[in-house]
Amino acid sequence: MEELKIELKNKLITALNLEGMTADDINDSDPLFGDGLGLDSIDALELIVMMDRDYGIKIIDPKDGKTIFLSIETMAAYIEEHRNK
Amino acid sequence: MQITHSCEIAKGIVLFNGEQVNEYTGQDFVAFINEVYRAQKLNYPKFFKMDGLSKLALVGASMILDQIDAPSDKDIALVFANSSSCIDIDRVHQKTIADPSNFYPSPANFVYTLPNIAIGEVSIKYQLKSESAFFVCERYDQNFLMRYARTLLNQKQAKFVLVAWVEVNKLNYEGKFFLVSQSKP
Repeated sequence: MEELKIELKNKLITALNLEGMTADDINDSDPLFGDGLGLDSIDALELIVMMDRDYGIKIIDPKDGKTIFLSIETMAAYIEEHRNK
Repeated sequence: MQITHSCEIAKGIVLFNGEQVNEYTGQDFVAFINEVYRAQKLNYPKFFKMDGLSKLALVGASMILDQIDAPSDKDIALVFANSSSCIDIDRVHQKTIADPSNFYPSPANFVYTLPNIAIGEVSIKYQLKSESAFFVCERYDQNFLMRYARTLLNQKQAKFVLVAWVEVNKLNYEGKFFLVSQSKP
């Protein structure tokens, strides 16, 4: 799980162009949206694509994203449970 | 009609009102424009997520609009043009959809596959709710752009017009920005 969290942080930094950030700057429980990393709706779509492309997880209902993409912790837990890649 | 401010960005050099303010020796456009953004201390959280065309437009426009008090109150129209439209990001987007078995278009790229998004980014940053147009022309035609700006001013569609040529295509890039008005801002 720890490895997956670090992998996710690095993927987020690259995919979302989080300039000047390193994996160490993101805490596992930091909110990804709003006051945390400040991601926006386009970033949310990018995360949905990443889940499908890299982990084989299709998020059909965008409302599910609210809980899945709460933090690195919640993302990693969801991926561990549902991944098929 | 008069040009009150100008900015030119090309070949690693940035000129503001004719004076050099930045120089970069590398070939990479994105590295160059990122460096100018940092050197000019421009503050726009979305900057690093934008495509090259929008970055060039935002940097050039910001260098001029930051000189104006309360640009959102000044009724500043935006008249932009280039010859390659948004081909640079179109190519990136095309790569993500070329293989039907690996079809994952990137939303972050896709949102920039229109040249006038560059105008939108400038409008959002400066809260401009003004006239705007983005022309795709064969080549830079200052007379055409200035004539269009003059028409807007004469018809009182705007008090100022930011005229810009923003061209990005692979290694070639060129930005020319002019703020024109009937009188000094």
